Amino acid sequence: MKLTRVVLARLGTFVLSLLVASLIVFLLLNLLPGNVAQVILGSSATPSAIATLRQQLGLDEPVMLRYVHWLFGLFRGDFGTSAFTGESLGSLVAPKLGVTVSLVVGGMVLAVLVAVPVGMFAAMHRRQAGGQIVSGISEFGMSIPAFLAGIALVMVFAVRLRWLPANGYTPLTDDPLDWLRRLILPWVSLALVQAAVLVRYVRNAFIDVLGEDYLRTARSVGWRRRPALMRHGLRNAALQIVTVLGLQLSALLVGAVVIENVFVLPGLGSMLVNSAANRDLPIVQGIVMLLMTFILGISLLVDLAYLLIDPRLRTGTSEVSR
Amino acid sequence: MRPMRRALCALMLLVLVLASACTRTGEASGAGADLRVGATAIPDSMDPTTNSAAAIPQALLYNVYETLVKLDGDGNIRPLLAKEWSVSADRLTYTFTLQSNAKFASGDPVTAQDVVDSIQRIQTDSSVTPVNKSQMSVVQTVTATNSTTVTVVLKQPSNNWLYWMTSTAGIIIDPSGFANLATTPAGSGPYVLKQWNKGDSVVLAKNPSYWGTPGRFDTVTFKYFADPNAENAAMLSGDLDVISELAAPQALSQFSDTSRFQVITGTTNGEVVLGFNDSKAPFNNVAVRQAICYGIDRKALLDTVWAGQGTLIGSMVPPTDPWYQDLSGAYPYDPDKAKQLLASAGFGSGLTVTLTVPTLPYATGSEQLIVSELAQIGITVKVNEIDFSRWLDQVFTQGDYQMTIMDHVEPRDIVKWADPTYYWHYNNADFQKLVAQADQATPEDQVTMMEQAAKMLSDDAAADFLWLMPSIVIATPDLTGIPKNQIGLSFDLTTIASRNS
Repeated sequence: MKLTRVVLARLGTFVLSLLVASLIVFLLLNLLPGNVAQVILGSSATPSAIATLRQQLGLDEPVMLRYVHWLFGLFRGDFGTSAFTGESLGSLVAPKLGVTVSLVVGGMVLAVLVAVPVGMFAAMHRRQAGGQIVSGISEFGMSIPAFLAGIALVMVFAVRLRWLPANGYTPLTDDPLDWLRRLILPWVSLALVQAAVLVRYVRNAFIDVLGEDYLRTARSVGWRRRPALMRHGLRNAALQIVTVLGLQLSALLVGAVVIENVFVLPGLGSMLVNSAANRDLPIVQGIVMLLMTFILGISLLVDLAYLLIDPRLRTGTSEVSR
Repeated sequence: MRPMRRALCALMLLVLVLASACTRTGEASGAGADLRVGATAIPDSMDPTTNSAAAIPQALLYNVYETLVKLDGDGNIRPLLAKEWSVSADRLTYTFTLQSNAKFASGDPVTAQDVVDSIQRIQTDSSVTPVNKSQMSVVQTVTATNSTTVTVVLKQPSNNWLYWMTSTAGIIIDPSGFANLATTPAGSGPYVLKQWNKGDSVVLAKNPSYWGTPGRFDTVTFKYFADPNAENAAMLSGDLDVISELAAPQALSQFSDTSRFQVITGTTNGEVVLGFNDSKAPFNNVAVRQAICYGIDRKALLDTVWAGQGTLIGSMVPPTDPWYQDLSGAYPYDPDKAKQLLASAGFGSGLTVTLTVPTLPYATGSEQLIVSELAQIGITVKVNEIDFSRWLDQVFTQGDYQMTIMDHVEPRDIVKWADPTYYWHYNNADFQKLVAQADQATPEDQVTMMEQAAKMLSDDAAADFLWLMPSIVIATPDLTGIPKNQIGLSFDLTTIASRNS
């Protein structure tokens, strides 16, 4: 019974956070100077034409009334329509989602593939030169902005060596090989920074594990260090690492917005930037809310997972929100 | 650790193999039947009559949509859907004879009634842009005399009308497609829209049943780049065959390898104008405006900001218009003369003005030199940078500014100076009369009158005409027929061919 109450409370926090976020997003975006009617009409704009179009788009209503309309729309599953083309957010977002998901998932997988072995190495050799060097490199890698890494990779591998395309996207279903070629550089740029961050978490997780009793027991019955760590340590460290991964996914999403613009990938990020430049606010609001829901949703899932994994949290006596 | 190391090695090997396996063999180029064109402005619609974005006619005009008459690379009006036309002696009645075999992509023939419907749609459909509407407003009646003859009667003679008929207002649309033009073009050109990946690319495919000379490429992809550096990188990596308009001339040196690239330079219709709010003090005083023209070294500005690429013009007329004359020497750089003029205007002790610029490369790039040069003649310039959306609102619509910089790309936009409500608020009755008369005069008299009008703008220092944007096209060496000058709104594919195919 207590578990249900705790879960419900956590869900309540989730909904409340979303509401607050929606209000902030809406108000901030509506404070932006310039408006979509102006951009649509461009150089042919006259004050009367703008006024008419603003009225057609419902922009002449008071801000709070527009907010309420938008919010009720969200509840009805109407996420808004583009002021530019009149298309619904859903139909606009659907083809973009695949691009962003390919980018984020690929970047994450690559980051994990690099970070886990490297972090493990750094933990085992933390008092030797090798481990120190790895830590140094990860420190350096963390400080490189993803877009800079992206531009550098393009200069080397696309412009100079011409091994890979500089940018652009081909859907997986059209040409799987071209899809791969065009995503390698974006994945690497996204994964570089993520891996550098992850390495530190992985290293700490393994250092913790190395000091545990069960590992010492394993060693004392004759296991050598590496097999012991692989067999008993990895699974235990994984718990910590997966938690961090969940949280890092939000950072990766934000990174993807930037990387999409560097590599001209037609995903949610470039759509967000284009719509903002056009003041197509319904679309900007919709995408930001989508990302926000996703990020808050991940944090919700992480919390709920904790409840399942750690029985101590279920009593309701300890702090639930982290 | 050994299995781990082995896995790591295997992974790295895999990435390397993939990368090299994916490397293209040979030079990627326009060889074969596909053309990949890079562009910077992104279209938000496929209907050039209801949306004024230049990216739409860039891809569609003359390629997917055809007009009765078209503008060729030298600025002459040529037959297209109309194989010939005649003008009555009073210059009010135009009679067009249509190509008898022309048909739309749907298979239906292009009839005189379709022309009537297309013109009337521009006049009556409320979603058509004000620019297209005003270009068509001089039409009194349009009738289909028979299935291949169209008669248009104008309210008053107008040279500009036939010229505008070469552009978006004059496209002939398949009436059966009127309802879905925003996403599905319905034209009669050598290409049809195959796929529109919003915000990313427009793919045209050869129209297999085109009535005239068939398109030379199976597909043509217009790929859009918000960031010019990404566009350049795509060209350098062999992912594009053409950059339709090099956005930053500083990048020109990257394309110096003649075995891989050709650079085609010419002129455009883009006048970069340092505009003044002409009806408000201090810019309602002609001496102040002239002082600024004398006080700015436009040659140095062009060299600094646009790598010397471009043309000094001195008025609102590009060299490709029939009434072009070189007025670039009207205000030679002369700070002393500028100071005298300011003193005569009562600003001997100095003047402070605000320069409101949109955050576009040519505008923000110019501000520093302008500020320092005007400081030398006693004008303190405060700079206010705003993004383009806000510029449209604040400067363009509300007229809330003192000085601004804008590249005016519309063809024959000198006529905008005849509209006192336009954001420069230039109100000169003589100029307005001259422009109106020129439109109604014979084509020969039109040239003389427009020359006078251009001179008037220069004498009046209505603005400081900083420079004319160059047309810089980068292409693979095998491509031929790319026009030198960018005159109309179309990236005309009909003249372009590849030597390799």
